[in-house]
Amino acid sequence: MGARTWLGEWPMFRQATGPDPLGRGAAVQSPRTKALEARTRDADEVVKSVCPYCAVGCGQNIYVRDGRITQVEGDPDSPVSRGRLCPKGSASTSLVTSPTRVTTVRYRRPYGTEWEDLDLDTAVDMIADRVIDARRRGWQDTDDEGRVLRRTLGFSSLGGATLDNEENYLIKKLFMALGAIQVENQARI
Amino acid sequence: MAEAHPVGFQWVMEAKARGATVIHVDPRFTRTSAVADLHVPFRAGADIAFLGGLIHHVLENELDFREYVTTFTNAASLVGEDFLDTEDLAGVFSGYNHETGRYDPISWQMDGAYAAPAAGQRDHWESELREERARFTSDTAGGAGDQAYAPADPERDDTLQHPRCVYQVLKRHYARYTPEAVSQVCGMSVEQFLTVADAITKNSGRERTTAWVYSVGWTHHSVGVQYIRAAAILQTLLGNMGRPGGGILALRGHASIQGSTDVPTLYDLLPGYIPMPNAHLHSDLQSFLDADAAKTGFWGHMDAYLISLLKAWWGDAATADNDFAFDYLPRLTGNHGTYGIVRDQIDRKTFGYFVVGENPAIGHANGKMQRLGLANLEWLVVRDMQMIETATFWRDGPEIETGELRTEDIGTEVFYLPCANHTEKSGTFTNTQRLLQWRREAVHPPGDARSELHFYYHLGRKIREKLAGSTDERDRPLLDLTWDYPTFGVHSEPDPESVLAEINGFDADGNHLSSYTQMKADGSTSGGCWIYTGVYRDGVNQADRRKPGSEQDWVASEWGWAWPANRRTLYNRASADADGRPWSERKAYVWWDEEAGRWTGHDIPDFEAGKPPSYRPPEGATHEDALSGTDAFIMQADGKAWLYAPTGLADGPMPTHYEPVESPVANMLHAEQDNPAREDIVRAWNRLNPSMSDTYPYVFLTYRLTEHHTAGGMSRFLPYLAELQPEFFCEVSPALAQERNLEHLGWATLISARTAIEARVVVTERMKPLRIGDNVVHQIGLPYHWGSNGLSRGDPANDLLGVVMDPNVHIQESKVATCDIQPGRRPRGPALLEFVESYRRKAGVEPGGIT
Ligand code: SF4
Repeated sequence: MGARTWLGEWPMFRQATGPDPLGRGAAVQSPRTKALEARTRDADEVVKSVCPYCAVGCGQNIYVRDGRITQVEGDPDSPVSRGRLCPKGSASTSLVTSPTRVTTVRYRRPYGTEWEDLDLDTAVDMIADRVIDARRRGWQDTDDEGRVLRRTLGFSSLGGATLDNEENYLIKKLFMALGAIQVENQARI
Repeated sequence: MAEAHPVGFQWVMEAKARGATVIHVDPRFTRTSAVADLHVPFRAGADIAFLGGLIHHVLENELDFREYVTTFTNAASLVGEDFLDTEDLAGVFSGYNHETGRYDPISWQMDGAYAAPAAGQRDHWESELREERARFTSDTAGGAGDQAYAPADPERDDTLQHPRCVYQVLKRHYARYTPEAVSQVCGMSVEQFLTVADAITKNSGRERTTAWVYSVGWTHHSVGVQYIRAAAILQTLLGNMGRPGGGILALRGHASIQGSTDVPTLYDLLPGYIPMPNAHLHSDLQSFLDADAAKTGFWGHMDAYLISLLKAWWGDAATADNDFAFDYLPRLTGNHGTYGIVRDQIDRKTFGYFVVGENPAIGHANGKMQRLGLANLEWLVVRDMQMIETATFWRDGPEIETGELRTEDIGTEVFYLPCANHTEKSGTFTNTQRLLQWRREAVHPPGDARSELHFYYHLGRKIREKLAGSTDERDRPLLDLTWDYPTFGVHSEPDPESVLAEINGFDADGNHLSSYTQMKADGSTSGGCWIYTGVYRDGVNQADRRKPGSEQDWVASEWGWAWPANRRTLYNRASADADGRPWSERKAYVWWDEEAGRWTGHDIPDFEAGKPPSYRPPEGATHEDALSGTDAFIMQADGKAWLYAPTGLADGPMPTHYEPVESPVANMLHAEQDNPAREDIVRAWNRLNPSMSDTYPYVFLTYRLTEHHTAGGMSRFLPYLAELQPEFFCEVSPALAQERNLEHLGWATLISARTAIEARVVVTERMKPLRIGDNVVHQIGLPYHWGSNGLSRGDPANDLLGVVMDPNVHIQESKVATCDIQPGRRPRGPALLEFVESYRRKAGVEPGGIT
């Protein structure tokens, strides 16, 4: 190793002589940091998305490797956000990879003191039965004066303003067909 | 805006860099104030006094954009002789019923014409049913066009001098909103007020436009709708609507909260702002259209929009013979807004509840009321990503701690179903500027997590299977429903593009519609939400268009798709003068091209492309043909922007300053203290603080932080965000800290008639005591993100709030209320209840309770 190479690896020397006098970039790189690569570099796929927090609607690029999300970045193409994300949007990677996320059905029986396990299909089947029952018990054909109501007040729905339009559409459509008028959303709040 | 919509705020900073003046009017000094040219601190809940003062300033000094006002507004129309103003009736308008607390708006009408609103209370003018209607709660608030009974032209005075013309009526109504009065009521100096007045009037007109930006700081009030109306009046007088750089921009707080109103999961609306049918008014399709569809303007096509919707939902079962299955729709009879539903849950009148991506136990006003509702259900379905407080109320809610509820006594069966996040499904969000943007699925949801599309599709499928073969009439709508979406993948995920295509609609040959103007009332077209028609034009997902912004002009119309018809600025015909020429070169946006015989410009014209400015409707014309070439506000029955709203509002034709329901001061402008038409829920769990009470002497307001999101379900559980804002706190001024011995970074207890909560104290000059009349008013700021779960925990600020509502939209007053503040932590367990009760006793408030 010549003296020149040795000197050239000394950050102070590089900072004093190189193009990075403030020592914020190349001057302070060590062999280890030089070898580091951004998670975004080796992604298999970059998928176009939109931030799920506020209504600005910033564009997001989702970096995926081996079927898992490795990073979420702002999308520079978006004329709304021009690649920027705020602290919430920037935290999206931790939102979608959160270790405390619940990924199995939890069930609390009436008067129960603990959560229990429940199979997803069974849960949806039980909910369907409860909807049919509550619908029947809350049903109103007419009001006191004989006017047609054709509705149920047996159950209701609330949420959520982070749902897709397609999802809200199916909720409204299904509830109307069930005669369930009590559909509400964060938009009222 | 810098706090809650940070990336959107880059455009404000860009404008500032190009010379725009940024004014921030807010009770708190925030990150927005820090970079604004001027921050005007003022009292929460006094906005109508402030906006009314600006209207007064414009009218008194004739600073309105006169040519715009006479061309595009109803300023010249005469108000009927029966109308009496708040000036005549000590703070209420004519038509007020002191017993019911409601208005009959018949006396507000224009001279010689019944006009009906494009939004709000659509059915007011159905004459033969009016009497009957007056006996019932109005329940179509929030709907769009009530353009029924569009007028024969009302009487006009184009000189604007007639004492009953709107311009003069407005001028009298706001006569007492002088700079001195504004200063007294709002707590800003006369100089500060005049600086703002001067800045916005100088920055409006031919060459310049001013924009107003608001969020829930305006809507969360017992007079919230009238706040927005006041801004609309001001912006219309100044000629700032339908023009680039103008408008009133509602910054909405969630990724698709705009979409949630367009494709409404709201009780009073059908998709595209068509009102839900009302049992008292709408016995069949025709009576519905008679009452709610306009005869003139684009709401005249409500029949085509509604019948296309019915065809989308019920397909072949919807025929001309059965009114296109109009009868399948359930009917409303009153207010079924969220707070009424929760009251009914507590009263066990309703049994089941789906809570989807929402955390009402923390995020809604009066948390106790919310949790009591949950505790009185038979079953609850919570769909979320984290274990939010709404799912765990039965084991660790505040009422368990106080002993008001016991886990073993709560009969609610809880299903917690994990949901997919935004990267695990495809679909559209509609952002705050009406822009639909498609997200593509990046990965599959883990474990039992599924999209809402999956859950509701398969739930509906199961229910239909279980009821298959039923001959019960009430099951017909369910069994006749079009409910067969193509599915893919191991979990049989429904194809979201097929749903978007249904929303867009089809013609008789099965081609995708390209515009709502193709919709027909004969049942030959379908479409699930008429304002979204065009989003799937040519079979192409227009919401997935991603031409980079850098390769487009400043309107960027090839990114995503904006409703309606990809128009980026609504009512943009008003960006040109009566003859269709831009008001100025600098503000050119959309104009009439005489040679081509078409409207053209930077945006898609929000006007019939071939209707010349000189067009005048022939006698008896209907629909859009009844609007002239200068009627820019095409959804209005008269094509005009309404400075005075003869109908559509439940609490008056012009905004009037009323104090918040909980206020430390008397109303200095009118004899009536608070909104006489407000909605209350009088129950032990919803006690209100009396106004001007020594027991609850301080104002508090709730707000968001940049680093957290609403009730915290998507932020308190994430390490970065929890670390950035680790703890619930209250912001107080040094003067209040001194008055109450509060120590910076110590604890404080805040007390209202609902409960008491504790927070860390931040003593800061950002909060300023205000002089209101002879009083000094202290304001306390409370971010509302916290609850008992997650990485960062704390008391929920919303527990401090009661529920009183705006009568138009049934939204709660959660941006201003009163409280006391004391140093130290709050009592624990049952002692908390006694502590809060002692305050109620002292204030003369009835006892609290859980029933
Ligand atoms: S990144 Fe921030 S500003 Fe942009 S949409 Fe997300 S939350 Fe809103």
